[in-house]
Parts: sequence; structure tokens; C-alpha cells
Amino acid sequence: MRRAILLALALFCLAAPPVSAADSVNPKADFKAFRAYFTKRFPKVPLNDFVNGPYSMNADLRKQWVEIDAFPPYQFALDKGKQMFETPFKNGKAYADCFANKGIGIRQSYPYFDAKSGEVITLDVALNECRQTNGEEPLDYTKDDMAALTAYMAFTSRGKPFDIKIPNDPRALAAYRKGEEYFYTRRGQLNFSCASCHVQSPGDHIRTEVLAPALGIVAALPIYRSEWGGMGTTSRRLITCNSQVRGVPLKPEDELYRDVEYYLSYMSNGLPISGPGARP
Amino acid sequence: MIVHMRALSRLVVVLTATGLATAALAASADDFKAAYARAEAAENQAGALKNQWTTTDTELKAAKKAADVGNFGEAIKHAQEAEALANASIAQAKEQATAWKNAVIR
Repeated sequence: MRRAILLALALFCLAAPPVSAADSVNPKADFKAFRAYFTKRFPKVPLNDFVNGPYSMNADLRKQWVEIDAFPPYQFALDKGKQMFETPFKNGKAYADCFANKGIGIRQSYPYFDAKSGEVITLDVALNECRQTNGEEPLDYTKDDMAALTAYMAFTSRGKPFDIKIPNDPRALAAYRKGEEYFYTRRGQLNFSCASCHVQSPGDHIRTEVLAPALGIVAALPIYRSEWGGMGTTSRRLITCNSQVRGVPLKPEDELYRDVEYYLSYMSNGLPISGPGARP
Repeated sequence: MIVHMRALSRLVVVLTATGLATAALAASADDFKAAYARAEAAENQAGALKNQWTTTDTELKAAKKAADVGNFGEAIKHAQEAEALANASIAQAKEQATAWKNAVIR
């Protein structure tokens, strides 16, 4: 009898397809490995400093940033965002009515998985949903007003640790997985993935730019970029990355862009919000 | 009579040359249309895989621009380049469909 059971078990093991770590979805294990990779590779960088991107990698660049931050280039956007946030819609309601804690200090919980729609909701999408619910036109997802609003909301959340949840829902896990896949997939004529720059080469130069580490990379968004001469949202950042490797970008806040933000934000759990940021 | 014959043969030569030139032009335009259609089909396939390259679009636009001024030889070259780029982006997407897993931090 015992031999028969062992034989049956052996046959089952042979018949079952092999499942490798690469095929399973395990956000907790990914988080642990991701964190260990960066902390081992950059042992002198304090954990919370990773949110400062290239400034955590390069001392000279950091000195410049400290000087620049005395008169932060995102200040105009911040003031505009505060004013927009506090101005009621035509129906008398305001952004504060759409969010928990009246929208103050909540950036760290975005994006989240919405069980009702089965999709990842970013702060930008939530803001436009709020506008449309109250009879207002949606804002452009890449810059200007949207960047100003999210800058203000990030500012009210500074220092709060990322707290991204991945519920035990196959759709949430699938979204996480798609985000992870997007992050590691090579694309464009230059055959680069997000990871080519932000996992393999943080601290290295591409032309005059110092590449930021993927760990904490979303914490400073939205950002003022000298290269743009203005503010940009997460979508704008991703669109720029795609274009730089000669890939046709997706539409702003495309499902895949939201998924990759979900993945990267989960990887940043525990790290403080530092946005809005300023980058070269 | 001899003068008439000469004039007639000249006319035949001119008409034949014009006919040949028109045929060659028509063939080139058709060749361009076929080359462009192939490139566009490949680019659409890359689009379905969400993996188009900006350079493919640049070549497609250059092909159209050359065709618009009747430079079909140049237009075909650009269309063929666009098709090659689109096919490369399709191959990249197919290869990366599984290869990305090898890059994941474990």
C-alpha cells in the first residue's frame, strides 16, 4: 500500500508541469528581493534616501540640488495646486469631498486596486473621476493643472510612508504582475526596459543624466524637470522614458502605466513620500 | 511621302516612349502601394502587441512624403525600411513575452 502511494506521488510529480519562481506571483517575496538588491548594492545609502533618486547616488548632484531646493522650481505649481484644490467646483462641492481625510496626507495610499472596476486607480485618475462626478471636464494627465494638483497632494503627504495594498484578489495580482512585466520588458529600437536603467545602472550616467534607482523612484512624483522646463506627472515620466528608447508611448494613464505604477509603488512600501520633486 | 513617313515614325517613337514611361510610373506607384501596405500591416501588428517603435512611424511618414511628390523609388525604400523595423519590433515583443522573467530580481 505504501509503495503504491509513493508510486502514485512520483507519477503525479512527473505529470505536473514545473512551476518556477518566475511563473508564480508573490509580491511579498518580490518586495524582499527588490529591497535586498538595492540595499546590498548601495550599502552607504540610507534606506529613506533612495526616494531622492539621482541625488542619493551622486554627491555633486546632491550639492546642486540642495542649493536649488532653497528656491524650489516646483513652488509655482504647488501654489497653483493648493488654490485649485481649495476652489469649489461649479456645483459647490470640492476635491476634498471625493477623498478620505478630505484629500490631505493621502498620497501614500495611491495607487490602489479598486475591486468594483477591477482596475488600478492612481491619484491622477481619482482626481479626474472626482471632477467628472461633479460635472467638470477631466484634466490633461501629463502636466500643468494635473501636475499642480498632485504636487499639492503629495506635499501634504511628505514623510508619510508608502502603504500600497495588494488584496488577495486574482485581478489585483494580475494587475501587479502586468506592472512587473512591463517594468522588466525590453522595448523600443534601443531595446531597453525600465529595469535596464533603474535596476542595472542606477548611479551611472546616460549622457549628462545620473540614473535613479528603481527603489523609491515614484516617491518624488510629480516632478519639475529642468529638461522639460516644467512640471510632469507619472504618465509624463513614463511617456518620456518610452520615447527615449524609441518606443511609441502608451496613452497617459493607460492600464499598463497604472499597473507599473502599482508595482513600483508596492516596491516602495515603507519609504517616505518626497514629492513634489525636482530633477535635472 | 518620305516626309510623312519620317513624321509618322517620330510620332510612333514619341508615343511609345511616353507609353513606356507611363507604364513604368504606374508600376512604381503600384509597387509603392504594395510595399506601404506590407509595412502598415506589420506596424498594425506591432501596435496590437503594444510595441511600436517611433522610427517605424518616421519611415512610414517619409515614404508617404516621397510618394506624394512622385518619387516612388525613394518611397519604396522608406516603406521597406518601415516594414523591417516593424517586423523587428514584433520579434522583440514575442521574444520579451517570456524573456522578461529572466531579468526579474529574485
